[in-house]
Amino acid sequence: MEAGTPQVVKLEELRVPGQLSGRKHILSILVENKPGVLARVAGLFSRRGFNIDTLAVGPTDDPSISRITLTLDGAVHPIDQVTKQLHKLVNVLKIRDMEPEETVAREMAMFKVSAAVENRSEIMQFAEVFRAKIVDVSRRSLTIEVTGSADKIEAFERMIRPHGLIEMVRTGEIAIARGSD
Amino acid sequence: MHSLKAEGVEHVFGIPGGANLPTYDALVDAEFRHIQVRHEQGGGHAAEGYAKASGRVGVAFATSGPGATNLVTAIADAMLDSVPTVFITGQVRTELIGTDGFQEADILGATLPFVKHSFAVTDPRQIPEYVHEAFHVAATGRPGPVLLDIPQDLSRADIEYAPRTEPVELAGYKPPSAPNVKQVRIAAKAMANARRPILYTGGGVINANASEELRELVAADRFPVTSTVMGLGAYPASGEQWLGMLGMHGTRTANYAMDEADLIVAIGARFDDRITGKLSEFAPRAKFIHIDIDPAEISKNVPAHIPIVGDAKLVLPALTREYRALQTDPARHEEWWKRIRAWQEEYPLHYEQGEDGEIKPQFMIEAMHRATGGDAIVTSDVGQHQMWAAQYYGFDRPRRWINSGGLGTMGFGLPAAVGAKVACPEETVVCLAGDGSLIMNCQELATCVSQEIPVKVFLMNNGYMGMVRQWQELFWDRRYSSVEMGPSPDWVKLAEAFGATGLRCEDSGELEETMARALDADGPVLVDVRVSPEENCFPMIPAGAAARDMVG
Repeated sequence: MEAGTPQVVKLEELRVPGQLSGRKHILSILVENKPGVLARVAGLFSRRGFNIDTLAVGPTDDPSISRITLTLDGAVHPIDQVTKQLHKLVNVLKIRDMEPEETVAREMAMFKVSAAVENRSEIMQFAEVFRAKIVDVSRRSLTIEVTGSADKIEAFERMIRPHGLIEMVRTGEIAIARGSD
Repeated sequence: MHSLKAEGVEHVFGIPGGANLPTYDALVDAEFRHIQVRHEQGGGHAAEGYAKASGRVGVAFATSGPGATNLVTAIADAMLDSVPTVFITGQVRTELIGTDGFQEADILGATLPFVKHSFAVTDPRQIPEYVHEAFHVAATGRPGPVLLDIPQDLSRADIEYAPRTEPVELAGYKPPSAPNVKQVRIAAKAMANARRPILYTGGGVINANASEELRELVAADRFPVTSTVMGLGAYPASGEQWLGMLGMHGTRTANYAMDEADLIVAIGARFDDRITGKLSEFAPRAKFIHIDIDPAEISKNVPAHIPIVGDAKLVLPALTREYRALQTDPARHEEWWKRIRAWQEEYPLHYEQGEDGEIKPQFMIEAMHRATGGDAIVTSDVGQHQMWAAQYYGFDRPRRWINSGGLGTMGFGLPAAVGAKVACPEETVVCLAGDGSLIMNCQELATCVSQEIPVKVFLMNNGYMGMVRQWQELFWDRRYSSVEMGPSPDWVKLAEAFGATGLRCEDSGELEETMARALDADGPVLVDVRVSPEENCFPMIPAGAAARDMVG
């Protein structure tokens, strides 16, 4: 008798695991750096009706391999099915569904805000609280760079919006596992 | 060419053009046979028919632009039916790519959603490597189509060819083979505890060449067996435990048994909507064991209680062994079989015989069975005739039934028969065609004649696109809209115009004899069989309904 194999399997006791996790997932995907790879990944998502929240693509320490980091909503999509479909792409080498507690995730955003003389100092105070940087100044506007979790960036956006948000640019999240692993 | 030869390629289907001139020039000296088809779609389906009949990789060539886009339907077809195929397209010269050059089409981009994988050659030295990788990916794991797009200037470059000695290794491609032993053991125990089990098999069993292994599992106990349209022949239709096909046009027995089963063992099948009907009411009492080589199929449509990822060729013997070791009591299926036998008695497949020599389509399939000894390779188009063949021909062996199940491509049958006959020249190959479908690729009759490929086309001619007509009759208040095929071509004259033999039959009393004449004749023959025009294919599960609400 092999360990872990039950003596009797009663049909009425068989269960299927839940399909939806109900939380946001960050998938970190290593792909071969070949033409058309991004189109394959993006095409798979659109064809299967999976909705990507954010997508970031960049090089890794190996020039033949790129990393795609994407976030999607596990309340809407069965993540297991998403990763299994991704694995079928021959150019996809490795997929990691990042565990929230064991992951450092960061996103960068830049906000261009109307900043007349009256409210300029207030905006700069917000920036300080959020440890954001003023990266460009003009007569009527300030451009502020914020780095942090998606939550932090969204909080900053809520604070700044009443002052007149001219434009916002976000990179989408990237993530790395905590510890030496 | 060296690379193709090294892959054991003996036959290629295709059409030359500007962008693949270098390839076709090399073909003159190549040691394999090229079958010049008359339309690239025909070449693609011929490659599929070749692969489905033989289990080997089918290969088709096309030139750039329209040649390549004509292949698209065949590529999509091969994807949905998991057919091991390699499609090699010419592309415009490298410096013209992206300029909308003459006969330029982004075939790689166009086919991304339905290839298993594809390669764009950017350096001539990649060609041998990519060819080997293409064959490897096409044939292993869950098989499928692979596209190789080669710009004209790169295909004419002289490169050194060194025979490959190493097996192909792709970092991102590791198809599973052996199953998890523990999962197999749990599955066997669940099967041992089932009172109303059923085996639901699909095309995966045929792709895995696991018919023998399936038959051994069935023989291990009194498991009833049903199959999708893609899996027919894996378990013999004449077998004791066969319930008939399941799904939209399956038997009531098979569908009712699925509905009442307490354990469904799915083997190489994917719970397609034509099988499940209304998903929320599908097999409400059942637990599921799902065996598939493609992990993404497991729990895609129906959540599996016991998933087993692996090659059916390895999973089934392991499961049979584990099951036999449990020494179960076959008597516990007694009640279940009583119920099944009662359904079989009450709801056999049936139809009213025609009067005054009228040929009923179902009768035509039965006549075809008798005329061919029940053992022809039968290819089919898509529609009523396909479903009647699936119901009435009674396939006893795998790779005898070749049809387009997933994509449902009308016009598939004739070119697929060309491919099947090339793969199996000693076998009788019959294309069972519909009149709506046959005309879509009838140009391949020219291929049959010029390339001396003696396929026999049995045309079920009812003057309609019959399945669409049936739906309009049953679900759209009989408002017929563009389903009449008349005035039809004179099929006998058309066959003769191509240089084939044309025969016609309008009397049920003469049908079998006419078919026998066609089978005995040399060369390709088309038999125009005039059947009842408005016969419906029953039973059926209306689209979106539950299995127990079958009609007809």
